[in-house]
Amino acid sequence: MSEGPLVLIVDDELQIRRFLRISLEANGYQVHETNSGQDAIVKTAQLRPDLIILDIGLPDIDGLEVLKRLREWTKTPVIMLSVRDSDRDKVAALDAGADDYLTKPFSVEELMARLRVAQRHNQPQIEEAVFTAGDVQVDMARRLVTKKDVPVKLTPTEYGLLRLLIQHAGKVLTHHQILKEVWGPEYVNETHYLRVYFAQLRQKLEDDPTLPKIILTEPGVGYRLIGDE
Amino acid sequence: MEDYRPDPDELLAAIQKDEARQQRAKLKIFFGMVAGVGKTYTMLNAARQLQSEGVDVVVGYVETHKRAETEALLDGLEIIPRQKLEYRGTILEEMDIDAILARQPKLVLVDELAHTNAPGARHIKRYQDVIELLEAGIDVYTTVNVQHFESRADAVSQITGITIHETVPDSVLDMANEIELIDLSPDDLRKRLAEGKVYVPDRIETAANNFFRTGNLTALREMALRLTAEHVDHKLQDYMQVKRIAGPWKSGERLMVAIGVSPFSEKLIRWTRRVAYNLEAPWLVAYIETSRTLSAEDKERLAQNLALARNLGSEIVISAGDDIDEALIRLARQRNVTQIVVGKPQSSRWQRFLRGGSLVDKLIHASGNIDIYVVTGDEPEQTKPRLPLPRTVQHSSWRQYLWAIIIVAIITAIDLLAFNYFEFLEYEVVGLTELFAVLLIAIYIGRGPALLAAAVSAISWNFLFITPRFTFEISRLQDLILFGLYFVIAIFTGNLTARVRTQERQARYNADRTMALYTLAHETATAVNMEDVLGTGVAQIEHVFDAQVAIILLQSDGRLGREAHNCSTLQVDEKDFSVATWVFEHGKPAGRFTDTLPLATAQFLPLLTPNRTVGVMAIRTRQNERLSFDQEAMLETFTYQIALVIEREMLDEAAEQSAMLRESERLYTTLLNSISHELRTPIATIAGAASSLANPQTSANGEVRAELTRDIQDAADRLNRLVENLLDMSRLDAGRLKLKLDWCNVGEVIGVAVKRLEKCLSKRPLSIQYAPNLPLVQMDFVLMEQVIVNLLDNICNYTPPASPVEIRADMDEKSLVIAITDAGKGIPPEEMERIFEKFYRVPGTATGGTGLGLSICRGLVEAHGGSLTVENVPNGGARFMIRLPANATAPPVKEASL
Repeated sequence: MSEGPLVLIVDDELQIRRFLRISLEANGYQVHETNSGQDAIVKTAQLRPDLIILDIGLPDIDGLEVLKRLREWTKTPVIMLSVRDSDRDKVAALDAGADDYLTKPFSVEELMARLRVAQRHNQPQIEEAVFTAGDVQVDMARRLVTKKDVPVKLTPTEYGLLRLLIQHAGKVLTHHQILKEVWGPEYVNETHYLRVYFAQLRQKLEDDPTLPKIILTEPGVGYRLIGDE
Repeated sequence: MEDYRPDPDELLAAIQKDEARQQRAKLKIFFGMVAGVGKTYTMLNAARQLQSEGVDVVVGYVETHKRAETEALLDGLEIIPRQKLEYRGTILEEMDIDAILARQPKLVLVDELAHTNAPGARHIKRYQDVIELLEAGIDVYTTVNVQHFESRADAVSQITGITIHETVPDSVLDMANEIELIDLSPDDLRKRLAEGKVYVPDRIETAANNFFRTGNLTALREMALRLTAEHVDHKLQDYMQVKRIAGPWKSGERLMVAIGVSPFSEKLIRWTRRVAYNLEAPWLVAYIETSRTLSAEDKERLAQNLALARNLGSEIVISAGDDIDEALIRLARQRNVTQIVVGKPQSSRWQRFLRGGSLVDKLIHASGNIDIYVVTGDEPEQTKPRLPLPRTVQHSSWRQYLWAIIIVAIITAIDLLAFNYFEFLEYEVVGLTELFAVLLIAIYIGRGPALLAAAVSAISWNFLFITPRFTFEISRLQDLILFGLYFVIAIFTGNLTARVRTQERQARYNADRTMALYTLAHETATAVNMEDVLGTGVAQIEHVFDAQVAIILLQSDGRLGREAHNCSTLQVDEKDFSVATWVFEHGKPAGRFTDTLPLATAQFLPLLTPNRTVGVMAIRTRQNERLSFDQEAMLETFTYQIALVIEREMLDEAAEQSAMLRESERLYTTLLNSISHELRTPIATIAGAASSLANPQTSANGEVRAELTRDIQDAADRLNRLVENLLDMSRLDAGRLKLKLDWCNVGEVIGVAVKRLEKCLSKRPLSIQYAPNLPLVQMDFVLMEQVIVNLLDNICNYTPPASPVEIRADMDEKSLVIAITDAGKGIPPEEMERIFEKFYRVPGTATGGTGLGLSICRGLVEAHGGSLTVENVPNGGARFMIRLPANATAPPVKEASL
């Protein structure tokens, strides 16, 4: 019996847990539930889940706090559940090591997509030499970017940004994370760099830069690169 | 019948008096001709009787004078412990009014109504304590002797030769619901005295030989009987008026007594009161302010005279003018006075001649049909002020006379030099220069010094210049005439000029006063809020009275605030607050220079309007001295003006609040109506669809199942949108919205918004155009995205499916313009503004909206300092324009060093 990945659901709402369990089990996951942050930490240690879905608002310990405690000893992917108004919480969670987030209400498709990405990044994998997103191809080994097989000329900064996004393809990266990786820790507040460079990147890579399909903006949080799966 | 109808005003007054008497607790006065007749004894007996009937009686203050039979009566009555006050090292005992107020008995016994309290007590006089007790709804039994009534005090002094210091205003007698005269024949009283029932043995002798002489006692007895009779008579008249019984109606007389700073005025006031009372006529006290400066002592006595008048229940009128007679007649005519009372002139015949006749002569001459009473009075011994009051040092006028002589001397010396040096100078010229000096002195120094200068210069002129020189002789007749004329002219011009001068000063003073009032009225009228009003008011009072001021306002809970308004310049401590609270509760002034709590450091005035007390003002002049009478009158006008504007502000605030309340109530109702509909529809859909899905028959059909699930999804989306809108709205309303401004690429914002509405927009021709090189603009990415989502969402909901949508972003001067154009019906022109109102929906639009979206959009854009407007485009459709300020440019961007 090939058992699917084990997901630990941490949410205090019974209905949400039930809906998640049904959807996850239908997609071949094994599910464990808990409604408290304290228990989540214990269960993670005991069960060693492959993925954790963690609600930001928990009755006992704040979800963010749970995340921080987990991150002290485990790299298990964590997907945070939040409500729309809490951009700050989302960013804080991502910066604290969450792999992704979902805003309530969300659809099952979104959830599955996030889980797949998180899972993939968690598996030790050989860096794929070529990244593909629609008609865009990036040959990492040759530092070659093509669109419709035509080479695209990128500045070193643009390429640096693109490479970072490709490394975390499908995952959201916060402004801080990107700025820190590409420009360095002293530039983490210069979000306008990102506005300018991402506009340039889109200009070069997207079919319609006004309606991007590859490089997506996560409002108030950061950016996400969508590649072909 | 007609003849018996009482004057409505008088009837009203009588009814009001009656009502006031009923509302106020009852006052019963045990009244006697002299100490020792048994007032306290009778009072205690009456109290015991009531107590046995179950009435809650306490003893507030009873003095037994160690009379055994009286002391025995105290047995079994609850006695409120006396308050102990320390004054200059001695402990004095007084009635503890606060303890009585706290105890709230039905009836309290307060002996010796005329008693003067020790310094430090709340009121100066015990009768003021009694009034406060009555006002607090506690019945009072009290005792008093006839000699203590203000209107009788001087008569008693005349009869007995003893000055009465402790007096009670006659108005207290009027307040009494009942008066019981304890009458005893003089012989019986003397017998009681001899038996030691009145005074302890060692005082019997002196008392019997002085005050208790049979003659005195008879006179006092008659006075007591008469006072009681008068009182009963008045009560009868009031009763008749209320019951519309025809009777001897009031005389229609109106008395006015003219008073001044003289102690004699006191007698005039008492006399007038007595006459007015007997005539049942209203009376007023007039004081005419002249240009003469009053000494501190004069001011103090004037204030005492006026206080006496007020205590006796008179109206006080102050007018200004140097011609007292004219001013009095003018006042009398204004007030319909029928009789004027003045004192008999005490000035000498010579003085009267100089002034052009005595006041009485002039009054009689000008009075027309007004009767003039001239009342004589012997100069009473000067009463000392009750409390040591600070006095100002008056610059003594001998200095002025000295100056006058010095000036004359200097001019004379110059003349003498010139006269000897220049041959052509005649002594007539010298005379004219001296005359000039007299004029100068009249203008700059005053009348007296000018007259002195006239005399001195006339003599020196004669002696030094008129031939034969250096003698007082005048040889030629011409010179004699010249000298005589000089003397007369000097005196007349000096007099006239000085008079013109004082009139001018008076006019300027009056103008200053008017100006100050005008400034206050004007500035407070133009003040826009309470801070302004109080700021200007305080500044004006500080300026005009050279004083520090604190204002404590009425709070919305109807109580006086616990701290002075921050515009105040006077520090108010805890003790002062208790004074302020008293003032506020009683609506009467208190504190320094008043009869209530006079030991306070500042004077406290209630800020009274016709409706209520809006606060309390504390004032302390920098010299810390009593305000002059006219200053006090002016201060009263000032406080009234300030009170009015404060009330205006308070009413404004209240009106604003109630308008806000009404508006929020309206919104609340609209919200409820809108929300209940908006919530119920999707909930009904979800519930219905879910129950259908639960039904095996319905859910067997795959197509139906898919449809139902889609319905649930749509309904959930709708609910989600509604909740988001409500949350945005409440954040906007609560002002909790904090923009997280970032340099944003508007294209990115639009892109995200469009992506969020992909589902509906994908079916429409969508054109997105950006002007080249659009700069980064500062905005809150998430909120601006929300604005665009809301606008696009409206397009999805209210324009035909598949109709085109156009989004443009351009720079216009210093702002970024995002224009979103649809191809719907457009907005009816009259609705263009209303669509941005909360909960407003264009009549006839499809259901499924809250009327919140656009209002939120505008709120968010305006929070960015921008604007959101709408216009119709020529070939149908509406265009929403978001304008955001884009004055600043983003800092430069740096390549990464990779």
